[in-house]
Amino acid sequence: MTHAPYQDRFTVLREVAKRQKSRGMVDRIVQRLYGRAEEISEHTVSVQPGGIAWRWDDWADRIVTSRVWGVASMIAILGAILWVTIAGANVPSALLADGLFWIEAQLTVLFESLGSPAWLHGFLVLGVYRGLAWVIAVMLPPMAIFFPLFTFLEDLGYLPRVAFNLDRLFQRAGGHGKQALTMAMGFGCNAAGIVATRIIESPRERMLAILTNNFMPCNGRWPTLITMATLFIGGAVIVGQTTVAAAALVALVLIGVFMTLGVSWALTKTMLRGLPSAFTLELPPYRRPQLGRIFVRAFIDRTLKVLWRAIIVAAPAGGITWILGNVFVGDKALLYHASGALDGFGHALGLDGIILMAFILGLPANEIVMPIMIMGYLGSGAMLELDSLSQLKTLLVDQNGWTWLTAVCVMLFSLLHYPCGTTIYTIYKETLSVKWSTLSAIIPLVIAIAVCFAVAQLVRALGLV
Amino acid sequence: MMDAQCSSCALNPLTDSGLLAREGSADATVVLAGNPNVGKTSVFNALTGLRQHTGNWPGKTVLQARGFYPHRDKRIEVVDLPGTYSLSARSPEEEVARDAICFGNPDVTVVVVDATALERNLNLVLQIAEVSDRIVVCVNLLDEARRKHVWIDLKELALELGLPVVGTVALARRGILELKDAIDQIVSGQLSPSPKKPVYSEDVEAAIVGIVPSIQEINHTSLPDRWIALRILEGDDSILGKLEQFYRRDDATMTEQAMAS
Repeated sequence: MTHAPYQDRFTVLREVAKRQKSRGMVDRIVQRLYGRAEEISEHTVSVQPGGIAWRWDDWADRIVTSRVWGVASMIAILGAILWVTIAGANVPSALLADGLFWIEAQLTVLFESLGSPAWLHGFLVLGVYRGLAWVIAVMLPPMAIFFPLFTFLEDLGYLPRVAFNLDRLFQRAGGHGKQALTMAMGFGCNAAGIVATRIIESPRERMLAILTNNFMPCNGRWPTLITMATLFIGGAVIVGQTTVAAAALVALVLIGVFMTLGVSWALTKTMLRGLPSAFTLELPPYRRPQLGRIFVRAFIDRTLKVLWRAIIVAAPAGGITWILGNVFVGDKALLYHASGALDGFGHALGLDGIILMAFILGLPANEIVMPIMIMGYLGSGAMLELDSLSQLKTLLVDQNGWTWLTAVCVMLFSLLHYPCGTTIYTIYKETLSVKWSTLSAIIPLVIAIAVCFAVAQLVRALGLV
Repeated sequence: MMDAQCSSCALNPLTDSGLLAREGSADATVVLAGNPNVGKTSVFNALTGLRQHTGNWPGKTVLQARGFYPHRDKRIEVVDLPGTYSLSARSPEEEVARDAICFGNPDVTVVVVDATALERNLNLVLQIAEVSDRIVVCVNLLDEARRKHVWIDLKELALELGLPVVGTVALARRGILELKDAIDQIVSGQLSPSPKKPVYSEDVEAAIVGIVPSIQEINHTSLPDRWIALRILEGDDSILGKLEQFYRRDDATMTEQAMAS
């Protein structure tokens, strides 16, 4: 083997580097810079006496990061945000639905006056337009409230406090405290959460964070979860509907956190053995959020982006679903051949064929799961004028046999099932491993099926539905 | 010889995986470095008028973003780097920052520091000053420092460091014009800062002298030999891997040229 002379230089220098590791020279080099920094700051920084005395942030930190109140205040804050979202979204949702379906009626009149064939009207108005109208009416208001509130917390500096509170739990599960930060990002978008795992230094703990990020419901899933909780769980009680619905969502997020910890723990014991590494998490100072900026950013960057994604996928999906629902093979429409095949399995999980199909077709983007579901039901030919959220409940319950169990299973399945296509692709880009990318979808899917199956069978066995 | 090419070669992290596509050419490239959560992205947004997502927690920026701004007939490219506490690159996102500062040959490195925690932030400034002279120190969050009754003598700071210092409140866009001017002075050559480099204890200095000749022979980057010596003395051998990459490529190029002639 030829040996280039320059390689000797590298070898010698590598030896020098290796030898240093045990010596005190490292400390002296590092100390020199720290000493200099201290010196400079002594010469240039002055703190007015008494200036630091009044610090509301110290006071706030004593509560939100305390052992006793930390987790409790975290749950309370999350509950409050969801409560405001649900309470605030009802009225604008109804107004939007009214407006959009009034337009649908006008479009129908227009199509009739132009003498267009029934299939064209069906495809464009009852398929594409109605699908879109539903997506906007159901998804826009909760997002427009939830995202700014969440961005507010992010700007304030609350998220690292969450990581601080959860650190001990993650250590015990073999994970990294910063995993909580990547989870908070996952709350917005799982793909962003996956990229955010780069802040975790150790590859083992980073992989844990990647594999479990899915258990945090993302932008695309929130509208489904909020609607289900509002209609079926809040709707099941007479007083305090909003509070009950918000509590159900908090419980769901806690299930997600629990799953994250459980799966991290199980992986630590099996495929990703190792000890959690220590880290220092900085608690940044609270900063006054820029209210105007938050509103604009949350609305444009998050709300409209999610809505747009839903619309561009839901529009063609609406058309296709309408076609599938109206092209007959034998005595049944194509749609029902497909969903019929899935019905048995779906039923075992507390779901049905249409719901399962919506989750399968929703792989590219979670945003479209509910639109597909609704369009699947609407495609039944029994064209119901849907002009309010309560009508949606009528459609699901009276015409398609939903119970509260169906809603609970949809929420659980949505929370657990698998990351969207974009996220899986991001996982592949970050890990460059087919094995881990596949596992990131398989692990949640197995858990989702197991949990929904157990819940559905248990509830039915107890005769609760 | 390779220095000129390196601003567009594969080893240069500034050219790959940016969030924004490179649009046209720029007259100069500026990178924004700093500890996590000091408002680098806010400075970036204020400079470029873009709206990169900001958030009050360390680790928000994991990918570099790039943008442009026009200033005095020049088109300046700005790269927003992930936050880092040091140049020793202990995580992938810190490595992005380290590579951009050390191997990206930026025309100017703007080190953004948090006015409310100057001492801790200065450590990175001092580290970067060992790698490069073309630095502007941007003391951000001055409003917050004022709220906490912390005052910073910016002129004295500039003297102590031997570097231009600009105070900013990036969210309110205060001091951004001054920052652009300071950058421009370095880009146009009106100002060549000479940061004060720390002298280490005798044994460290002796060790540096001992290995610098070997480093000189293999250093095909624009990094100072002294800085590389310090990293080796700290036991960081990853830097040698980087140097070897640069050396090998040069070696291959020279062999090709020799064969051609």
